[in-house]
Amino acid sequence: MKTINISRALVLALFVAGSAHAAKTDVTLGMQLEPPNLDPTGGAAAAIDEVVYANIFEGLTRFGPDGSVMPALAKTWTISEDGLTYTFELQEGVTFHDNSTFDADDVKFSIDRAMAEDSTNAQKQLFANIESVENVDGAAVIKLKTADGNLLFNLAWGDAVMVAPESVETLATAPIGTGPFIFKNWVQGSQIELEKNPAYWGEEIALEKATFKFISEPTAAFAAMMAGDLDAFPNYPAPENLAQLEADPRFAVVLGSTEGETILSTNNKQPPLDNVLVRQAIAHAIDRSAIIEGAMYGYGTPIGSHFAPHNPAYVDLTGNSAYDPEKSKALLKEAGMEDGFTTTLKLPPPAYARRGGEIIAAQLRAVGISVEISNLEWAQWLEQVFKGKDFGLTIVSHTEPMDIGIYAKPDYYFQYDNPTLQGLMVDYNAETDTAKRTEILQQAQKIISEDYVNGYLFQLAKTGVASSKLKGLWENSPTQANDLTGVYWED
Amino acid sequence: MLHYLIKRTLILLATLIVASLVVFVTIEVVPGDPASYMLGLNAQEDTVAALRAELGLDKSRVARYFSWVGGLVTGDFGTSYTYRTPVADMVADRMWVSLPLAIYALLLSTLIAFPAGVYAASRRGGTTDTVVMALTQLGVAIPNFWFAMLLVLLFAINLGWFSAGGFPGWDAGVFQALKSLTLPAIALALPQASILTRVMRSSLLDVLNEDYMRTARAKGLTRRQALWKHALRNAMVPVLTIIGLQFSFLLAGAIIIENVFYLPGLGRLIFQSIASRDLIVVESVVMLLVLAVVLVTFLVDLAYAWVDPRLRGAR
Repeated sequence: MKTINISRALVLALFVAGSAHAAKTDVTLGMQLEPPNLDPTGGAAAAIDEVVYANIFEGLTRFGPDGSVMPALAKTWTISEDGLTYTFELQEGVTFHDNSTFDADDVKFSIDRAMAEDSTNAQKQLFANIESVENVDGAAVIKLKTADGNLLFNLAWGDAVMVAPESVETLATAPIGTGPFIFKNWVQGSQIELEKNPAYWGEEIALEKATFKFISEPTAAFAAMMAGDLDAFPNYPAPENLAQLEADPRFAVVLGSTEGETILSTNNKQPPLDNVLVRQAIAHAIDRSAIIEGAMYGYGTPIGSHFAPHNPAYVDLTGNSAYDPEKSKALLKEAGMEDGFTTTLKLPPPAYARRGGEIIAAQLRAVGISVEISNLEWAQWLEQVFKGKDFGLTIVSHTEPMDIGIYAKPDYYFQYDNPTLQGLMVDYNAETDTAKRTEILQQAQKIISEDYVNGYLFQLAKTGVASSKLKGLWENSPTQANDLTGVYWED
Repeated sequence: MLHYLIKRTLILLATLIVASLVVFVTIEVVPGDPASYMLGLNAQEDTVAALRAELGLDKSRVARYFSWVGGLVTGDFGTSYTYRTPVADMVADRMWVSLPLAIYALLLSTLIAFPAGVYAASRRGGTTDTVVMALTQLGVAIPNFWFAMLLVLLFAINLGWFSAGGFPGWDAGVFQALKSLTLPAIALALPQASILTRVMRSSLLDVLNEDYMRTARAKGLTRRQALWKHALRNAMVPVLTIIGLQFSFLLAGAIIIENVFYLPGLGRLIFQSIASRDLIVVESVVMLLVLAVVLVTFLVDLAYAWVDPRLRGAR
């Protein structure tokens, strides 16, 4: 009798929910981390962009769902013959949410502010090659120090969005942008509400209201989806129950890729890890499929270099580090390490690191390398590993798009110093021809793969869950964003 | 009584001063720079330095301790590094969740524990007593987060009576707000009620064996009259101690339950702030909790004196 009542209640709930969806124009999304503030130009937290990117703030260019660079506040642009001057024609009739107009002076202000000496922009290097920005007859003219094929890409980042001088002081708590959504309310620790911008310059959006709720506990995320408190959880944190959600007709599970190369970062200056043979031995001792299966419940794509498989310039180099424990032992012997050695493995909090770390430790033990695991909080990890370079191995997902350039920085935390690669990246930045750029990128992938700089594990998957009637959410994650401009409810 | 009051107040102040030092030192000693945390992996050295200067982190620790304590005394709790909002506002917002939740849970646990404890004690050795004891044993043993998940499974997912978590805010109406706190309050109250029932029962049983209880019965009071008039008041001292401790625990220690029900409470604020090295928030909130615990203890001490006149003069 009781079960009948419950199922009757469920049917009723489904019916009510179903009919309510018909006219729905609001959406409630779950996010695991709450943004610390809402200023994308003043902090690195991914959660900031996940709320504001393309929704509240826009830049001159933007990333599309497939990662391509598209026009945004810049309608069109022309590049001078020498590649040093970019002239951006701006969209007309654009206003900020406080009704002030957007023009080339705001472009100058925004970029000057990001480049300034006292700037606290977390991606200041994006602007390093900019000489000046001027307003020339209503167009924004950017002059570069050297020719740079990355400018349009760099300007698409959340850190390069356009802000107005009038509202810059309060961006952190009351963001004012040009986007299709207006910031309405923030109940800290709980949720952020956005409202449709009726004066939006671009194509009209379907949603009237969007709410982001912050649920850090994976089990709570599952409960909130199941209870119907959320319409979607774009980066669903509990892969263990995705199968159960997929079997439920109320939900659609969307699998996509991210820009997160998850690697076993190796301190290239710390003996014996400074020996390429030892690093190669580590690479062959690792069974990627076991890590993806065990730590990520099967979600993730193996990688053999530091490059995203969905990128057109990708080359499959996983063969260079195929799982082969015998070869690994032979390499250790060749390096004079047949008795193995001991090193440290410092793990930041995410599940891929903590769960993956245990598996890697076991795999390395099988070839005679013993690993001392220590679990660190992010702040400690930044201090000890990233800044202090006091580590042997660590596991981290590098989530910035197209970040192979970090291998050209000898003082970057894994301390890889290879002049050939550094020269290659200089050429890459100066090159504007797409075919040649692709060629350089492929060469760079090969070099770092064959030098076994780090253990290349897998590309982090994006596992999203949404109501099966909610359409238009991004499948992949070319940048950290929940772009809601194309989101709508079906019938 | 006045002497007792002055002595308690001085102890309270000394505790607070020592606590402020301990809190500041412990939190500052843990490695991790808030500015590098905020700026992430790609930040340049000069950017981090600029942010450190903006946050006032370039000043010496001693200077920062005194400006912090100076601020606390005048009611200025500082500004959060990451949220960029005054800590006092953040705490006030969170208090509106944590405090009602703690009171709600405490009320529930007291409402369950008093009758259950008294009833079990008065029927000592009987079936009811055995059942109550067995249930409380279970209540103490079950972890509250697990019980919370069961509540969510039944009432939110299967029956759909409650949402699985979250807090709509008091603006959404008292009923809605209380409704969203009901499952968390039950989850918090269950183990507390079990402990309290057991303390209530054993404390009452001790008292019931006293000579003056026999005298009370001898002069003609019924069992029930003797229990209400003489036993209960004397059995209250240990019960009040436990209630005081429980309230402090519920205020600060609800972190896990707040996470399960994703409530924007104080526990989660501390949790998030520790992870992001938002030192000023952690320091100020922990200090406030210390103040709350010390104050509750102070009030419990006063309550002892009220139920037990002997304590007024003696100490």
